[in-house]
Amino acid sequence: MNTLPQQLANGLLLGSMYGLIAIGYTMVYGIVQLINFAHGEIFMTGAFGAFTVYFYILPDGTSMAVAVPLMLIGGGLVAILIAVGAERFAYRPLRGAPRLAPLITAIGLSLALQEVVRNFYPGADRAIAFPGLDTTHDIGSITIKDADIFLILSAIVCMAALAYFVRKSRTGRAMQATAQDPDTAQLMGIDTNRIIVIAFAIGGFFAAVAAVAYGLKYGNIDYRMGFLMGLKAFTAAVLGGIGNIYGAMLGGLVLGIAETLASAYIDEIPGMQQLGGQSWANVWAFCLLILVLLVRPQGLLGERVADRA
Amino acid sequence: MTALLEVEDLRVAYGKIEAVKGISFSVEAGQVVTLIGTNGAGKTTTLRTLSGLLKPTSGKILFEGKPLTGVPAHKIVALGLAHSPEGRHIFPRLTIFENLQLGAFLRNDKEGIAKDIQKAYDLFPILGERRNQAAGTLSGGEQQMLAMGRALMSQPKLLMLDEPSMGLSPIMMQKIMATIAELKSQGTTILLVEQNAQAALSLADQGHVMEVGNIVLSGTGQDLLHDESVRKAYLGED
Repeated sequence: MNTLPQQLANGLLLGSMYGLIAIGYTMVYGIVQLINFAHGEIFMTGAFGAFTVYFYILPDGTSMAVAVPLMLIGGGLVAILIAVGAERFAYRPLRGAPRLAPLITAIGLSLALQEVVRNFYPGADRAIAFPGLDTTHDIGSITIKDADIFLILSAIVCMAALAYFVRKSRTGRAMQATAQDPDTAQLMGIDTNRIIVIAFAIGGFFAAVAAVAYGLKYGNIDYRMGFLMGLKAFTAAVLGGIGNIYGAMLGGLVLGIAETLASAYIDEIPGMQQLGGQSWANVWAFCLLILVLLVRPQGLLGERVADRA
Repeated sequence: MTALLEVEDLRVAYGKIEAVKGISFSVEAGQVVTLIGTNGAGKTTTLRTLSGLLKPTSGKILFEGKPLTGVPAHKIVALGLAHSPEGRHIFPRLTIFENLQLGAFLRNDKEGIAKDIQKAYDLFPILGERRNQAAGTLSGGEQQMLAMGRALMSQPKLLMLDEPSMGLSPIMMQKIMATIAELKSQGTTILLVEQNAQAALSLADQGHVMEVGNIVLSGTGQDLLHDESVRKAYLGED
């Protein structure tokens, strides 16, 4: 099994991407108990925002070292704008409504965003070629691309920055308070609407970072890319314990690695020869989710929800 | 001289059900005023409306002469009105120290905050001993101390305490009531909601008895304590 290190690396990379997107699900859920099912599409619009900067704004031949940061800013702005707009105009009016209402709204918003991009973004009715970062490096028996290095570094930087922000900053403390008890947070003088907007914005930005990494790694983007990635990231958030930011990252990594290893090696188990390969990857990912929900419904790092006094 | 807090014909409803049906009362600076009454009398609803968590359907709330109706909850704290809610509602996964810091969320004077946290530790030594422990691990009485200490951290002009003795052992209840008496002697203005009428009325300058959304009887704490109907209904005497 000398392919194992490479498969582990692949899983880790995929998992970092899931984890970055999962942050958006988990932060929003942690604060307003809403599953923002349009988050996958926020990821998708981040990719199109970044592509717009690259293709329509930057002059031809701009070096990628300059282009990538600008693409992050462009994609990030688009994703933040859409995430915050969704909160302000779609979810906020429904706060206090029965749970089903914002859920259906989220699904509607997700379809609407897909269709708007498909119909109005030039050429988006099919896959669009995204600039790749394809230079490869060999590290021992592992081969990785520049895009992979970008992905892993940005995941580390984003997570470290978020952990620091939540634990150490005044706004981060206010965010924890709002997540634990929103009414009482207001009694402390915390503007909880502002905290909710910040949670959506951070989630949007992280999704855009993942989207840029996705484009650089896979070399193309399309209007449906958010559906499966969003679903997987949601799975990662639940797997790690929804509401817990470290859980989201851990859940992403576990899911990425499990999915990659299962598709690579499961056909070596006698009787399972039919079940190998990439086409079964999603099946293993969602099997893992079902297993976790059965055995540990609160997720890997989630706490049991205790009743408040 | 106008009162610190004036409530005039306040009405609050949950949907179609009116929980507070037009009450009026006032709190003068330096006073302890108590609202007593059974469950469902509208006491907690009144406090939640004063602190902006609920919107009144009609009526006036004046704090230092300025209207509070329509002001969002997070801005009311800044005006000097602190609310220690029913059921304590400390932040369970933050430490005691962090809970106290959050009480001073709107303050910028680092030294003053540090001093007031020390004051809270002096008032409730157990909080100081456990400052780095998650607040959810405290006992009910200790959580109540934390909730009161946290409310004091905003340096309020008016401290609203909702059922501070609820669910506490008799010894813990005495401790909490003694602390309220101590705060009173320091000149803190307090609006106290209690089901333990005996303890609340003994402390209070003014008391109001609430029944299903109305104030049915008002008087000084001592008057009410000796009022026959109050003794029958709330102090368990036949």
